[in-house]
Order: sequence, then structure tokens, then C-alpha cells
Amino acid sequence: MADLSRAIAERVKAARADRTPLFLTAGGSKRNCIGRRCDAGDFDLSAHRGVVDYQPDELVLTARSSTPLADIDAVLEDRGQHLSFEPPRFSPAATIGGTVACNLSGPARPWGGSVRDMVLGTRLVDGRGETLRFGGQVMKNVAGYDVSRFVAGSLGVLGVITEVSLKVLPRPEASETRVLELEAPAAIETMNRFAAQPGPLDAAAWLDGRLYLRASGDTHAVLSLVRAWGGESLPGAGAFWQALRDHALPFFDGDAPLWRLSVRSSAPIEGYPEPLLIDWCGAQRWLRSEHDREALQALTRAGGGHLSLFRGGDRDGEVKPVLSPPEQELHRRLKRAFDPDGILNPGRMYGWM
Amino acid sequence: MPLRDELDRRFREFLDAESLIADPESQRPFECDGLPLHRELPLLVALPDTIDQVRRILQICDELRVPVVPRGAGTGLCAGATPLRDGVLLGLAKFTRILEIDPLARIARVQPGVTNLAISEAAAEYGLYYAPDPSSQIACTIGGNVAENSGGVHCLKYGLTTHNVLGVELLTVSGESMSIGGAALDCPGLDLMALLTGSEGLLGVVMEVTVKLLPVPETVRVLVAGFPTVDQAGDCVSRIIAAGIIPAGLEMMDRLAIRAAEDYVHAGYPVDAEAMLLCEVDGTADEVDATAERVEQLMRAMGADSIAVSRDEAHRLLLWQGRKSAFPAVGRLAPDYYCMDGTIPRHRVSEVLREIARLADEAGLQVANVFHAGDGNLHPLILYDSSHPDQVAAAEHLGAQILELSVAVGGCITGEHGVGLEKLAQMPAQFSAAELRQFERIKEAFDPGLALNPGKGIPLLKHCQEYRSLERGPSDG
Ligand SMILES: Cc1cc2nc3c(=O)[nH]c(=O)nc-3n(C[C@H](O)[C@H](O)[C@H](O)COP(=O)(O)OP(=O)(O)OC[C@H]3O[C@@H](n4cnc5c(N)ncnc54)[C@H](O)[C@@H]3O)c2cc1C
Repeated sequence: MADLSRAIAERVKAARADRTPLFLTAGGSKRNCIGRRCDAGDFDLSAHRGVVDYQPDELVLTARSSTPLADIDAVLEDRGQHLSFEPPRFSPAATIGGTVACNLSGPARPWGGSVRDMVLGTRLVDGRGETLRFGGQVMKNVAGYDVSRFVAGSLGVLGVITEVSLKVLPRPEASETRVLELEAPAAIETMNRFAAQPGPLDAAAWLDGRLYLRASGDTHAVLSLVRAWGGESLPGAGAFWQALRDHALPFFDGDAPLWRLSVRSSAPIEGYPEPLLIDWCGAQRWLRSEHDREALQALTRAGGGHLSLFRGGDRDGEVKPVLSPPEQELHRRLKRAFDPDGILNPGRMYGWM
Repeated sequence: MPLRDELDRRFREFLDAESLIADPESQRPFECDGLPLHRELPLLVALPDTIDQVRRILQICDELRVPVVPRGAGTGLCAGATPLRDGVLLGLAKFTRILEIDPLARIARVQPGVTNLAISEAAAEYGLYYAPDPSSQIACTIGGNVAENSGGVHCLKYGLTTHNVLGVELLTVSGESMSIGGAALDCPGLDLMALLTGSEGLLGVVMEVTVKLLPVPETVRVLVAGFPTVDQAGDCVSRIIAAGIIPAGLEMMDRLAIRAAEDYVHAGYPVDAEAMLLCEVDGTADEVDATAERVEQLMRAMGADSIAVSRDEAHRLLLWQGRKSAFPAVGRLAPDYYCMDGTIPRHRVSEVLREIARLADEAGLQVANVFHAGDGNLHPLILYDSSHPDQVAAAEHLGAQILELSVAVGGCITGEHGVGLEKLAQMPAQFSAAELRQFERIKEAFDPGLALNPGKGIPLLKHCQEYRSLERGPSDG
């Protein structure tokens, strides 16, 4: 439960002085996925952990970045609260800092918000070794640019996130899951149609001819909604959603490349290759195997979104969505604004950055 | 040729006379936004109605190094849209088209001058609406909402603008198009949507916005409770949240605000109460019955001595109308009012309101308080008379003290109205020199020549002599 923020800042300053790039790591659960392989020595942050402040009535929890998600869960559960974005855990070591840096959210994301949405404040050490604090512990803060949310999903290329404050919410009173046997096109249509109706729908996924729908919240509301959906109740539903969240379903087994398509939730599914898993009410689609990147890009473009190679495949090549030349230039400038000498996670997001 | 004439000549090549305002009298309506403490007339007001015209305006201004101030409806409360004397005011109010509503994907794509309310009105036929609802929603534009990351009375449950916009089409300072985000739930690469939302027109001109739409809840009910003390009302807010209830809205008003609003709309507010809570619950009929009952019990347990519950939709809207028109209502109590916007940790509300009252006494001014209580976002309304210069100075001084007080208790200087010109001086109270310098670097990454709304939102330190001595490191700058 140590506060190592000073040491972190010193280490970054030293690295900058002798131009040795650092690869930031804590739990190591996302080392081989999401970003590109990074050619830099490990900078192990895992000892910088601990919940610093938790005020259930204010709906705010503040933790050092390497605090394991499991520890945060335990603290919140005692007070009947949770992280509404259902952070995935690819291993028990997964930390809150890594979750923010990768902007990773689970099945509830379209309704419960993303981890980025729930960020209220961040402390970070930039590539100059300067300690900066943006946002805070209050719900609303529009002074200056919203850097605290901007660093969510930045894969450590802008700064070492050392502390985050998050909005936390009450756990739902009840949760029920129903399964409808449907093919993918009908499932996309159905899940979006249900989402356009009021009620506590809070997860919608499709796999192998089955549409999984979850409602969470007030008991009356949950029961009346699942009755309206029809379908079969799912025994062990909690384990299913958890396995989906943590990429622990058999769909995710093996070494075949895992592609992530982030698209308009109702985008047509025709032409998608199998195996296919749909989450986030259609807005996040997963594909396995050695697909041609160009072909998948065409699908995501048609769906108004973007493609990334989430896990496996060639991790020395580009894995994040393609950006236009002006966007690339802006990304380079922003990188320089935070990390002028390219000390932090070089090449982790883009080779050209 | 003087700069104004040169601009005028070049703009006339593609703008008609009506879309170009040069004479000071006709420029008057644009001299300030919703904060008339700051007024200025620009070189020119341009009111284009095509994206190409906006692009050409930006290109010409870039070439002639003329600063540009984007403007929506001008309802902003931080002097963010105040013109610059040596700049062009770029009005976007003519961009009022709703380009697409996708009821299945629950998104709308709209031009920047579409008003906040117009989006919900257009989505209503599909049973959908746009959740953030600033009290100015009849007039303010979505472009302005994005620029300010605006909030509303339903943000406690449904989030701020930043949680409800998915993408924008941007024109950069040099007139280049850029798509940021889109119809998907996240941005490719760095989360530029996070930076742009709340960037006060400093990073680019928003030409199109894709917003999320939500299903209209089945049942909605509002409870209005009067409390004998501010402390009890404040404690009640904490108790409701601690009980695991996240109301759709949770607002507080103090005695002066209650009376002003009651005189204005006759909603049946408890005029003898020291503080009043409005608590809205939504969901299915059963859920609303159950939750409203729990809230009512908590209100009684915390000492509420009057509770009114909305009987029907018309009554619910009336109960809200008092709150939503609180600013103009309070505005009737004095020739002018000055609205503050600090956010504080909720449990410090009683203490902060007491301190504000003390500071107001010292300044010899009255303050009414309207409060997004669920979010801890305070709106102290300072009453003054602008025809007395010393009252203006006293109001500004009191405002600054209130902002600094918000920071001192662990909060921030602005929760939803933005910094603009108004709160620049208080930025160092919230941010260190290194943090302010980082804002400036972000500005430079988008706008190297500092031509978009310069001098608003963030202090430009690099240009101060004192600051240069603080700069260090080989590749900085
Ligand atoms: C009575 C009243 C009640 C209010 N209630 C609330 C409230 O409940 N919640 C709240 O958050 N605010 C509230 N406001 C403040 C104000 O309405 C909001 O800040 C609103 O978002 C401003 O929108 P606008 O179109 O008027 O923008 P303007 O005032 O015209 O501009 C605001 C800022 O946005 C920039 N801008 C505008 N359009 C663009 C664009 N297309 N691209 C880039 N930059 C742009 C401008 O440069 C300026 O910096 C209230 C104001 C009033 C007068």
C-alpha cells in the first residue's frame, strides 16, 4: 500500500535525462494485447497501490493506479456500490490504472458508461517527470481541457497515471438474464429495438445463435421487462457475463488473432465472417482468425466505426485504427506536448507516433 | 488597406450583405454573451450558412492572422463568446439542420446551431430524447453545449454533454476538416472527443455533432420538499444517495431563490422554507411508486415540513418550471445578477452556503442560491446594480471569493459554465503553473498560432515574461 509517486516522477526524469524509454507495467494482464509491442525496458509500477479515499455518499473513490480491481471491488461491495462499467479482468492482477489507460469496459458499457466516462480526476507524471493533476473528486469540472478523461485509453503514451478518482454507483437491487434463439441479423435488430424502449436493459450480447439480454435495477422493473422480452431464463447468468467481460468464454480461446470492431450499434451484420461475437448492443463486435485487414476495414467503415487488432497477430505492425494524415499529425503533436522526448511507452499506440 | 476593409472585401466574395455585419450599431446584439459584464465589438460579424463558407472564413483569417471567436446562441455565462476587438465573430446560428435521426441506433446527427431542445423535440416521435438539459435549452445550441460541456438538471443520472456526444465534424483553425469519433461508442486513437468537449471553441469549430438519444422513461414524478434549515436539506441529499437511490434530478434552492421563483411562476413552492429540494424519480410505474415512497420517507425523516408530489405531467412541468426559470426569476429582484458555478463535495454544502452568506454580507450584496445538489454544483446568484460602478466591482470581487472558496473546500471553479474571460484569473487557484502550461501545449497542438478564441478558457502563460523563467527542459516549448 505504498505511495511511490515521488519515485515514479524521479524515475521518469532520470529516464528522460539519459534518453532511456520506459514500458509502463503494473499487473501485466494486458501486456500482450490492445497495443503494439513496445521496445523499452519494463518500468514496474505494481507497488504503487492502495485505495486513498472512498466516500460512498459522494459516490467517489480515489485509488493509486496499481490498485488491483479486486481490491476496489471488495471495498465497494461492503457499501453496496460498484464500478458501473464492469471492468474486464484478463487476470486477477488487473489494476485500475491499466483499465483506465486501456479504456476497458465490460458488457454494461452502453448503459453504465465507460471507465473514461466515470473518471473524475487523474494524477499523472508526464514525460518530463512533472506531476500534474486534472479533474478532481467532484462530479462536474469544466475548468481547462478535460485531460483526466483524455488520458483514458491513451495506453500510457501521454503520462504515467498515478492516481484516479472515479464515480461509483449503487449496485443494482436485482438482475435477470434471458436468452432468445436468433440468428445474428435478427439479434442486432432485436437488441437495438429493445434498447430504444424504456427499462433497465443493461447488457445485450450475441454468440452462436443465442441473444443474451440482461436487465438490472429495481426488482419490479427488472421482472416486468424480462417478461416482455420472453425467451428462456439463463442458469448461472452471472458466470456467463463475467466470462464475456473477462474474455474467458471458449470463443476467446486459442491463438487466432482477435479483432475488435467498434461500430454504430445497428450496423448491418451481413457479410461478417465467423466466428463472431457481438457485445455492447451491437456496438462492439469481435472476430477471430487470420482475416484480411482491408476486408475488415471495409466492414467497419460501412458500420461507421473503426477496427483494431486486439490480441494476437503481428504486434510489431499497426494494431490500432487507421487515422487520416491530419489526425496523425495532431496525434504526434499531442504526444510531443506530453512527452517531448518519447520516453513513455514508445510505439505502444502507433509505430509512427 | 485597413484590415477590416480587407476582410470585408474578401468575405463579400462569398457572403451576402445580410451575413456580414460591419457597422457598430448592428453589431450590438453580438457584443456580449449571457455575461454582459464583458462587452466588445469585433472587426466583423460573419454569419455563414454553409460549411464551405466557414472554411473560407477560417482560411482567410489564418492567412491574415486574424483571431476568430465562434458563437452559438450567445447564452454562455462565462464571456466565452465575447468578441475580440481585433477579431472576427463567427456566428453559427444558421446551421440549424437535423441531418439524421437513427431511431434504432438511438443517435442523432445535427448541425451546430440546432438548439438543445430541438433535438429532443425531433426525437420525440420515436420515444427518444437527448438527456443533457441546460435550463437555457430553448435557446442554447448543441455547438455551444459541446464547447462548454454543458450540464442540466438531469445530469446526476444521465451524465453531462461529454457522456452523451459520440462524434463531431471539426474544422481546424486553418479550415481543414477532421472527423472525431462518430457513431461508435469510442474514438479511434487518442480520445479527442474528451479534449474537444468543454474546450470553449479554442481547439476547432464544431460543424456537426452526433449525439446519443435515450428512451423517454415510462413514468416520471417529482417531489418538492421544504426544510426549516439548509443543513437538513443538505443532509437529506446525502441520505437519498446513501440509500442507493440515484434520482433523475436532485436540486436545491434557498429561501431567496424559492420566493423569487414562486413569485415568477406560482408553482406552489414552500415560501416559508429555508431550503427546498426537488427530487425527480423515473422508471416503470411500479418502480416510481416504490422509489418515490422511499424518497418521501427519507425527506420526512430528515425534517421536511412540507412535501408536494407531482399529480400529473402538467403539474410536474410546473414544479420544474420554477427551478428552470430560477435565473430570470432571481433576476427580477435586482437590476442585474451574476451567476457563479463552483462545484464542491456535497457534504460541505451547508458550510459553503454559510460562508457565502457571510462574504455577501461583507460585500453588502444579496445572494440567492440554486444548486444542482446531487452533483454538488452550486449556482450562487449575486444581485447587484450595474449602474453603480462600486457594486459591479463588489459583485466581481465576491464572485472571485466564491470561486476560491469552492477550490479551498476541494472543489473547482466551474462545473458547467466554463472559464471564458470571466474565470481566467481564478485558474491558478485550481491549477499549478505546470498544469496551466500543459493546457497551453494542448492549445498549441491544435492551434499553433493561437488564433481560435485566444485569451479565453486558459491563461496563455508562454507569453508572460515571468513564466519563461519557469520553463525548463531541453525540448520544451
Ligand atoms: C438562463 C440561462 C440558464 C442556463 N442554464 C444552464 C444550465 O442549466 N447548464 C449549463 O451547463 N449551462 C447553462 N447556461 C449557460 C449556457 O446556456 C450554456 O453554456 C450553453 O451551452 C451555451 O450555448 P450557446 O449556443 O449559447 O453558446 P455561446 O454562448 O454562443 O458560446 C459558448 C462557447 O462555445 C463556443 N462555441 C459555440 N459554438 C461553437 C461551435 N460550433 N464550435 C466551436 N465553439 C463553439 C463559443 O466560442 C463560446 O466559447 C445557462 C445560460 C442562461 C442564460
